[in-house]
Amino acid sequence: MVKGGNTVLRVEGICKSFSGKPILRSVSVGLSKGELKVLIGPSGGGKSTLLQCMNHLIPPDAGQIFLEEKPVDTRSKKALYALRQQVGMIFQDFNLFDHLNALDNVSIALRKVKGLPRSEAHERAAAELERVGLADKIRHYPAELSGGQKQRVSIARALAMDPKAILLDEPTSALDPEITGEVLAVIRALAQAGMTMMMATHQVGFARTVADEILFMQDGVVIEQGTPAELLAPDSGTRTLFFCSHLSGLEAAG
Amino acid sequence: MDTLPFLTGEVMPMLNEGLVMSLKIIIPSATLGLLLGIVLGTVRTYGSPWMRRLGNGYAAAIRGTPLVCQLFILYFGLPHIGIYLEPYQAAVLGFVLCNGAYHSEYIRGGLLATRRGQHLAAQALGFSSFGSMLWIVVPQAVRRSLPGCGNEIIYLIKYSSLAYVVTVMELTGMAKQIASDTFRFTEVFLAVGAYYLALVTIATFVLKKLEERFRIPGFGVS
Amino acid sequence: MSEDLLTIIIEAVPYLLGGVGMTVACVVGAMLFGLALGVPMAVGQVYGSWAVRRLVGLYVWFFRGVPILVLLFLFYFGLFQIIGLNLSALAASTLVLGMASAAYQSQIFRGSMLALSRGQFRAASALGMSDGETIRSIILPQALRLSLPGWSNEYSILLKDSALAFVLGTTEIMARTHFVATRTYQRLPLYLVACVLFFILTWIGIRCLRWLERKVAIPGYGNA
Ligand SMILES: Nc1ncnc2c1ncn2[C@@H]1O[C@H](COP(=O)(O)OP(=O)(O)OP(=O)(O)O)[C@@H](O)[C@H]1O
Ligand SMILES: [Mg+2]
Repeated sequence: MVKGGNTVLRVEGICKSFSGKPILRSVSVGLSKGELKVLIGPSGGGKSTLLQCMNHLIPPDAGQIFLEEKPVDTRSKKALYALRQQVGMIFQDFNLFDHLNALDNVSIALRKVKGLPRSEAHERAAAELERVGLADKIRHYPAELSGGQKQRVSIARALAMDPKAILLDEPTSALDPEITGEVLAVIRALAQAGMTMMMATHQVGFARTVADEILFMQDGVVIEQGTPAELLAPDSGTRTLFFCSHLSGLEAAG
Repeated sequence: MDTLPFLTGEVMPMLNEGLVMSLKIIIPSATLGLLLGIVLGTVRTYGSPWMRRLGNGYAAAIRGTPLVCQLFILYFGLPHIGIYLEPYQAAVLGFVLCNGAYHSEYIRGGLLATRRGQHLAAQALGFSSFGSMLWIVVPQAVRRSLPGCGNEIIYLIKYSSLAYVVTVMELTGMAKQIASDTFRFTEVFLAVGAYYLALVTIATFVLKKLEERFRIPGFGVS
Repeated sequence: MSEDLLTIIIEAVPYLLGGVGMTVACVVGAMLFGLALGVPMAVGQVYGSWAVRRLVGLYVWFFRGVPILVLLFLFYFGLFQIIGLNLSALAASTLVLGMASAAYQSQIFRGSMLALSRGQFRAASALGMSDGETIRSIILPQALRLSLPGWSNEYSILLKDSALAFVLGTTEIMARTHFVATRTYQRLPLYLVACVLFFILTWIGIRCLRWLERKVAIPGYGNA
């Protein structure tokens, strides 16, 4: 598999302030096809804000979004809806639709956004749920699922839309440590299948083994960027290494 | 002594006629009222500031004044400015306008209780703002407001008796007529009371079944 | 024409304000009667024997299921006559509204009493209080406080229901407005005036009940 070929999703010069306080200071990132980039950095560094700017859930103050190298006209609602259909998003707190069971959670956007007939949408949704290992839970409502199962449903929901890329915002942070594994396994499988992804996480071990590239973000700026091998080499002396060893220390202690 | 034949022979045939009229008032009023309530509740929650103010003002005005007064305005008052409504039209319009205001209160509560993440997740999937409202947020809000709105429908059944004051011959109007003709108020009004009790009891039962049917595990228990 | 209208309204105001007095008398009377009847009913429904609970349940079912209009006709022209109770229209409307309100109020109090923990009752019993004493001095003071928001709602409902008393000939706001409106043909403006009067009464009443709520509030209690 050749990575780094054509760019799927790219943002350039993204700036965002909240009530006068700059949170993102001209951030530029590109995701090549089949690539998994990991965003690491201290809390409040702007990771969530950046991810949500990339599909315009948060409108950036400045900057441009490119989907497959075509600039997205963010003033056009239609273009925005199209962008979001093609860029999936996974939230830290799942945000499953509380009134729908797993099958309908996955199929509703297929039906109401893509206009698929019900039977076709259900078929597709069932297939995606099976892919994340939840074939036996399709009739369950969110309140009847564990955190890990909820997050897997939300991954299935994103996958069902056939996204060109998926943005994941700390998908395992709200989970108990013993079940983060089941969600990470799903993400790892996706990466191996060639899905383009960008993921904010504090899971250093996962980043080290699966990520193609790590971005270290602090105070609204990407201050370091490179392969895990470069940034996490014991003698690299990077901020990333310092931060991650601190995190792993905590992980080991906890 | 001759109560039974009086009831079955004279009262019930007329009350049955009144019942049909009552249902002709209640069913459209309940349906349109709920619809108005959903729209109004949504506008009052997510509308632009002036639309919100308008909606809130409307709801406060309706909820702060008696329904009879509203019906009088529609039936006796509007001709003053050249609008003439049939008694039936005035009654249904009055009930819809009033019921909608009360429903909107519950819908609004349901909308406010819907978590922001629900809307965010819908947007992330490519739903338009309107689509997200229509398919995600409103269905949740309606479920949350079902008990409150159900109560309003029960109220509507009882207050449909006010159609009598604008001369519609529904249950209460019929009863009043029979009673005035025969001077047997106790029997006639006990009978019509039984009709309403039956309507209310059946509606309560149906609404409870509906609530059970729409019940979703772990949802809206708050 | 608009000057005519203004004089008509100004001339009607004292007469309509007399109606306000009647309306207030009717609502306050009904509220208090409903309270006096509703509290024992609630106690009966929560702590009473099977028979008492059934009886109260039946009462509530009846008065909550039958429209006020039908109740007014039934009692004023029917049942009150049979038992030889010759009441003025105002007294009869007040009594009927009060009986209906008792059904609603009993459910408000019942809800509040059920919301109190079982522990309250047990703790009082453990101190050697009789059941009656416990209910009187431990349960009711708490339950009545919890019921105040429900009471505001009940006031606003009663006020609006009281406008129906005109069908018996009670000369409250609605009846007087209708009278003037029919006489002067200024129907629309006069009904709007009546609406405004009711609106003001709603507002004042709810203000008063809020004030009461604050006055009897116990720090840190019941605003959960
Ligand atoms: N809607 C908002 N209004 C005001 N400030 C905001 C808003 N959203 C985020 N912020 C601020 O922006 C900063 C960056 O937030 P962001 O959530 O992007 O950080 P993060 O890197 O994702 O942190 P974490 O690791 O805790 O998730 C924080 O200081 C936060 O307080
Ligand atoms: Mg974050």
